[in-house]
Amino acid sequence: MLKLRRISKVFSKGTIDQVRALDKIDLAVNSGDYITIIGSNGAGKTTLLNIIAGVYPPENGEIILNGRNITRLCEYRCAKFVGRVYQDPHVGTAAKMTIEENMAMALLRGQPRGLRVASNKQRRELFRVALAPLGLGLEKRLNALVGTLSGGQRQALALVMATLSKPAILLLDEHIATLDPRTAQIVLDLTDMVVKREKMTTIMVTHNMELALRHGNRLIMMHKGRIVVDMNQAQRSDLTIHDLVVAFERASGEEFADDSVLLHPGNVVGSADL
Amino acid sequence: MLDPAAVGRLLGFSLYEGLAFGFVAIGIYLTFRVLAFPDLTVDGSFALGASVAAVLIIYGVNPFLATLAALGAGLCAGLATSLLNTKLKIPALLASILVMVGLYSINLRVMGGKPNLPLLRETTIFSLASRLPGLESRLEYYLVVAGVLAVIVFLALNWFLRTEIGLALRATGDNEQMVRGAGVDTDKTTILGVSIANGLVAFSGGVVAQGQGFSDVNMGVGMIIMGLAAVIIGEALFRPKGVARLLLATLGGTFVYRLVISIALRMGLRAGDLKLITAVIVIIALAVPYLQKRIRREWLPPAPRW
Repeated sequence: MLKLRRISKVFSKGTIDQVRALDKIDLAVNSGDYITIIGSNGAGKTTLLNIIAGVYPPENGEIILNGRNITRLCEYRCAKFVGRVYQDPHVGTAAKMTIEENMAMALLRGQPRGLRVASNKQRRELFRVALAPLGLGLEKRLNALVGTLSGGQRQALALVMATLSKPAILLLDEHIATLDPRTAQIVLDLTDMVVKREKMTTIMVTHNMELALRHGNRLIMMHKGRIVVDMNQAQRSDLTIHDLVVAFERASGEEFADDSVLLHPGNVVGSADL
Repeated sequence: MLDPAAVGRLLGFSLYEGLAFGFVAIGIYLTFRVLAFPDLTVDGSFALGASVAAVLIIYGVNPFLATLAALGAGLCAGLATSLLNTKLKIPALLASILVMVGLYSINLRVMGGKPNLPLLRETTIFSLASRLPGLESRLEYYLVVAGVLAVIVFLALNWFLRTEIGLALRATGDNEQMVRGAGVDTDKTTILGVSIANGLVAFSGGVVAQGQGFSDVNMGVGMIIMGLAAVIIGEALFRPKGVARLLLATLGGTFVYRLVISIALRMGLRAGDLKLITAVIVIIALAVPYLQKRIRREWLPPAPRW
């Protein structure tokens, strides 16, 4: 359903800081895929999400979503098809507005906005139904300012907001990286639940190898702007983190030396296998 | 010592001023608070509204239409500022100063090169209201006109800011990234908001010019600071929550500000000293929360340069 053809992106072109963030990426995402993407810093993971979300256009290549070319579509037009949760809970929600107002913004994602009053009884009921499965009691606090919620609550709200209008694809950009372990687990469980319930096509970027192995049905590893590993559910089912590191070394042809991936707290168990 | 009639007149006149200048404060609330867009166009668009309304009235146009035309002119001024910011990426503060300076020349042109246009013998919205039955004193029909206009503006904004577009506009000032992510062109919401704000400011200029009986090319000087003072006073006194209360608090803040100024003038303050005093009031209002935090040894971020 989503096809990326030979996508390239270069930053600071023509200067000494020139970086090839994406190097002729080819990727076919199938409907219902739940892809986890890992890779060291600077591998191009976030750039890939930004390109899909239309934050900036690629230098070369094209993006086809359900047969439609969305390569040059800007961010606010892409929003119709793309829901996104960011690493920072502050980015996905508006602090000085109420939960209800945030949900009303999210409900109309990609639809023309008019001069109707933004929320009514029917919509409030819809918001409550969407928030109740979180189990955080947010459905009873529709008039609370989002700025008064904790980081975990805000991220859970951001997740519901990103999926409320049922976009074609959900992008998760290290969305649990800044949360404490317990809250991270809650938000992660919620993610799996929402993705499963809505059968949502999802791409999740993470730094955590264990998480990348245990969640989703397909695993992609990026390195220096290229996809070096792409495994489906069957291929990755018996994989350990050690196998992943070996696979990475073979594919990228160099020593795997990014501490930030290996030393992530969630990897401690797996690292012992090394 | 205190003459009740004089006190009544003072309160009544301050109430009129609170409503007439309150539109400026609401405009400033929209840009500074709602959109987080520091818009200094105001000094220019206030005088623009006054000069457009005055010239049209002198040409014999219906004063209500002339006041509406002032609003339209203000919308254009806000459009200019917001286009400079969103399409040419000039910082909001600088873009609005550029438009404000440019408007000085435009306002002089509008008034046919004269820095001052008297309206004393012309038909204004106030002189029309004086013909209504049951209104005896000048203060009464001034209050009726300003009151009706304020109710209309309040109801219109209170409705608009709750609509889908209004919600997107408010969210733009809070979290622009999130709003774009929800599929809204934040350039458009910014343009819309800054235009409406300056429309209100110019509308106020048109009303005030008719109320005082003249338009002056310099009458906008210090309007931003007056509006900011009114917004801050409204927030401090009424601690409003929600759209409706915020709008009312802004009008209330303007009333209190004008009342204090009127009392100060009666106690012998020179009119020329007003701007300095207003500036000092705003400085104190901005500095006190900072100093309180300093005393509590809270962490404070460096002041923004823009």
